[in-house]
Amino acid sequence: MLLLALDTATPAVTVALHDGTDAIASSSQVDARRHGELLLPAVDRVLTEAGVTLDAVTGVVVGVGPGPYTGLRVGLMTADTFGLVLGVPVHGLCTLDALAYAADIEKGPFVVATDARRKEVYWARYADSRTRLSEPAVDRPADIAAEVAGLPAVGAGALLYPETFPRAHEPEHVSAAALAALAAERLAAGEELPAPRPLYLRRPDAQVPKNYKVVTPK
Amino acid sequence: MADPRDEPLVLGIETSCDETGVGIVRGTTLLADAIASSVDEHARFGGVVPEVASRAHLEAMVPTIDRALKEAGVSARDLDGIAVTAGPGLAGALLVGVSAAKAYAYALGKPLYGVNHLASHICVDQLEHGALPEPTMALLVSGGHSSLLLSSDITSDVRPMGATIDDAAGEAFDKIARVLNLGFPGGPVIDRYAREGDPNAIAFPRGLTGPRDPAYDFSFSGLKTAVARWIEARRAAGEDVPVRDVSASFQEAVVDVLTRKAVRACKDEGVDHLMIGGGVAANSRLRALARERCEAAGIRLRVPRPKLCTDNGAMVAALGAEMVARNRPASSWDLSADSSLPVTETHVPGTGHGHDHAHEAGKENLYS
Ligand SMILES: [Zn+2]
Repeated sequence: MLLLALDTATPAVTVALHDGTDAIASSSQVDARRHGELLLPAVDRVLTEAGVTLDAVTGVVVGVGPGPYTGLRVGLMTADTFGLVLGVPVHGLCTLDALAYAADIEKGPFVVATDARRKEVYWARYADSRTRLSEPAVDRPADIAAEVAGLPAVGAGALLYPETFPRAHEPEHVSAAALAALAAERLAAGEELPAPRPLYLRRPDAQVPKNYKVVTPK
Repeated sequence: MADPRDEPLVLGIETSCDETGVGIVRGTTLLADAIASSVDEHARFGGVVPEVASRAHLEAMVPTIDRALKEAGVSARDLDGIAVTAGPGLAGALLVGVSAAKAYAYALGKPLYGVNHLASHICVDQLEHGALPEPTMALLVSGGHSSLLLSSDITSDVRPMGATIDDAAGEAFDKIARVLNLGFPGGPVIDRYAREGDPNAIAFPRGLTGPRDPAYDFSFSGLKTAVARWIEARRAAGEDVPVRDVSASFQEAVVDVLTRKAVRACKDEGVDHLMIGGGVAANSRLRALARERCEAAGIRLRVPRPKLCTDNGAMVAALGAEMVARNRPASSWDLSADSSLPVTETHVPGTGHGHDHAHEAGKENLYS
């Protein structure tokens, strides 16, 4: 097995290659505004470091968010296209799940929260690193304070709002190595992984225009 | 083996607005022109909603690539290059196409060409009328752009002669259609009503046509307001609005200025070919008046069929094929979308050492 893992749902542009046992090469860069530019060179670097070409990949796994849409789509579109050319399966995993996995917490509950911008966080609660308790959601930290009170929390969204998440700690960003390891573990357990569909959680910002605005001066 | 530069087989991807376009050409021969449009999803908003367009591009891309390959009857492995619109356009929408093109080219081990959307609109005419004469004057009119461009080599030299200083021509059609309650998009429906109306019924203003006005720039904002006021006055007086005459007279004001300035630019520059492209080039009155005025001025007119005038992947493939044929440098893997890519940058060649940040300052924030 050779899994190529990508995630662009957070400020991290992260790529890893996983042989089913270990991540054999990886790259992570944190730059919230250059996902489109950074992702493909990172893929190239990781493959070169591992000494393989893309053809050797037997499956692709991509973080489906939730995350800021423009960056999120870079990873999804890249993964979909690789799948098309290589004829290999493309799996989607929740980005928060990969962060939870990387947090390596055996006994929760705990919270994963990433930055959703506009003073909101994407978040979910976990029983342990492999077990999510709630659907990913997007909320203002103050509005979920009661639900997350007293719980440890990981992710940049938690670190950003210490009033809501006083027990926030590392990891701050998701890593494709964790995403790949989680996927490899689930595949090995015979689980079927979901298709790569983006978790947008918010509707597009668009308003049906009000009635036509008169231009004749009064 | 034949030199691929003779008749390069190129796939082109276009996502600058609301059409997901994938086209395939062999040299100047069109093999496939697959389109998935999200226009219906925007209709109730009265204009293109960027996020809605971006979401639709992501969904449509892989199936549209598949469809184009089937339509062309070629194998992806035989392609000589992948071209993609790098800009200008909607930032988030462009980035979906650029991401797909990069992954596609990389996975296939083919060169990637990030090209300019406006230059592609010009180059597409090669698929219809053969090699572009050099130089060619081009009038590009759509919902997003209204420009007069002079090109002596479509892969490397496109000079802006003039452009709109406010609304694009297509935008004016959309806005007037809205005032008349005709729905979105406005171009086709106004064209239809105008055919049964009198273009001289109402004398609407011709923007920027005074002796001191810039010779090749356009302005449609004043016209739009004049038409809206005229309609409002009718309504205020309790009279019926003659939709056909208003449509015809408004349309005439737009195409009169467009064709007049385009022909003048040809004469001033001694260019004997005029190409018209962009969505508004599908307008029947624009085509007719341009033909008439070009004939009178001894200018040869080239207008591609309507399907090639609106945004599509074939136009991107056409310019990509020309890049391969003329041995232009490919783009690098760090190619990004540039929503305000200047028209003078016909393509985005790889620098060999990272990305050129020259336009970063003027770039709209991709991630806001
Ligand atoms: Zn266009």
